[in-house]
Amino acid sequence: MLDNILSLAGVHTHIGPYHILQGIDMEIPEGEITVLLGRNGAGKTTTAQTILGLLHPSAGTIFFDGKPIHQLDAPQVVRRGIGYVPEQMNVFLDLTVMENLILAAYDRPRPDEEHLQTIYQLFPPLEKMLQKRAGVLSGGQKQMLSIARAMVLPRRMIIIDEPAKGLAPSIVNSLASSLETMREAGTTVLLIEQNLPFASRVGQHFYVLEDGMVVHNGLIEQLNKDLELQNRLLGLEG
Amino acid sequence: MIHQKHIVETSALIVALILVMLPILGFESWAVLTLAGLSMAMMIFIMASGMTLVFGLMDVLNFGHGAFIAVGAYAAASMVTLVGGYPIGTVLAILTVVGCALAALVAGGIGGSLFERLLVRPTYGNHMRQILITTGGLIIVEQVLIVFFSPREIVLLRPEELQGSLLIGNIALEKYRLLMVAIGLLVFSGLILLFNRTKLGLLIRAAVENRKMVEALGYPVRGLFIGVFITGSSLAGVGGALWALQQELFTVTIGSEAMLLIFIVVVTGGLGSVSGCFFSALLTALVANYVTFLYPPLSAFALIGMMAAVLLWRPQGLIPVANR
Repeated sequence: MLDNILSLAGVHTHIGPYHILQGIDMEIPEGEITVLLGRNGAGKTTTAQTILGLLHPSAGTIFFDGKPIHQLDAPQVVRRGIGYVPEQMNVFLDLTVMENLILAAYDRPRPDEEHLQTIYQLFPPLEKMLQKRAGVLSGGQKQMLSIARAMVLPRRMIIIDEPAKGLAPSIVNSLASSLETMREAGTTVLLIEQNLPFASRVGQHFYVLEDGMVVHNGLIEQLNKDLELQNRLLGLEG
Repeated sequence: MIHQKHIVETSALIVALILVMLPILGFESWAVLTLAGLSMAMMIFIMASGMTLVFGLMDVLNFGHGAFIAVGAYAAASMVTLVGGYPIGTVLAILTVVGCALAALVAGGIGGSLFERLLVRPTYGNHMRQILITTGGLIIVEQVLIVFFSPREIVLLRPEELQGSLLIGNIALEKYRLLMVAIGLLVFSGLILLFNRTKLGLLIRAAVENRKMVEALGYPVRGLFIGVFITGSSLAGVGGALWALQQELFTVTIGSEAMLLIFIVVVTGGLGSVSGCFFSALLTALVANYVTFLYPPLSAFALIGMMAAVLLWRPQGLIPVANR
């Protein structure tokens, strides 16, 4: 049995008048890739933001590495070792690619050379564009930068929100290898996805959210075999 | 790159304005007015830069920013009184002016930290409350200054060394204005170096663009904001001292009077943009000086007209910040 690095128990989150998360229980095993599946509006991104402290739960507890983090603000949660790659490629458009990477290393003046080399190997286009403003990058390059930003420091865990959305297949491939690289480096990954083929290719465990609640979880292999379950949970065709 | 295109176009516009005025005004008036415009621009920039950053970073509209200008002016006057007038000798006199600026810097900073703690922090995220309470704060600061310094006009003479003009040919260039231009350029270069060459500057630029993401990278933006607010207030204080020394006569309303110009500059430049603030200060001050000389009744309209024209051309301001 693996140790769980992150556990959510009975987490409720409100955004304004809306009751988005309605009692989430999750256990994320250390050193593995866990996929959080669900339709649009099921509460996936809200779950990520609640873990990260960008939103605060109205009830429930979140433990990271055995310690409660549900009352911490985002900067403190991040400093415990959780990296975050948000959904809309939130790179700083006014800053150059290198400046984006420098900022991602919050505890040192600039990223370590070995981490940069790993990043350049995974995403060769970035190395050629270091002095370009991020605003001129293509969608795929912005996504690479967004993920690279989470990789400039060694992290215990990374939360990635729908990285494959709208990307060309070749970029999705380097994305898959970047997730694998992180896992090999001992980083736990929580991947938020709607794209089941991509999710089942990289993930080991899965959770399915529906209306702010966990409706199913298990090993990815089970989900892959069970077409009826896929249809029921995710409304996928064929 | 978009950003550079904006800077090049804006600079071209300003240079074109200056050149077009040369044949219209004749060389002598042109030189004097252009210098007056440039030195006024530098002072407005020093006063306004803090306000644009505070808005950019936390969406805080500080209508009370003028309070720090007034506080700076009074701090400078107190400094001169304390020293007992200007000592004889160029070096000592200039040191006294530097002392005035430092006193204004400290006073503005203290004022800023109190303002942030007492008025701004309880009203985060609510513009209506911010406008009301910071306007109220400005009134309170002005009244407190009246209590301590009397409502009369305060005389703050420049030292003799900074009075009068340098004659070059038959053009008289005021010494103090030349000094202002130098100081303004120094402050601008310092800020540009800070923003482009230091991690702190990167952090501020990034947070102006996307505060949440900066927090998600592990930086507490709240602390950064307090630092920027206090620095901005200090700069406003210095600007107030320099402005008062230029006029040599001021009252408590020195700050609120400058606010209209500051608003025009901050909005025209692009909210949150320090380079935008610098270039729009240049444009605004030059237009103000030229128009006031050519046809004084038009001067109030000219600035509003300029702002409207710029915003029609660039709705986000001269040099906008990405994502805003």
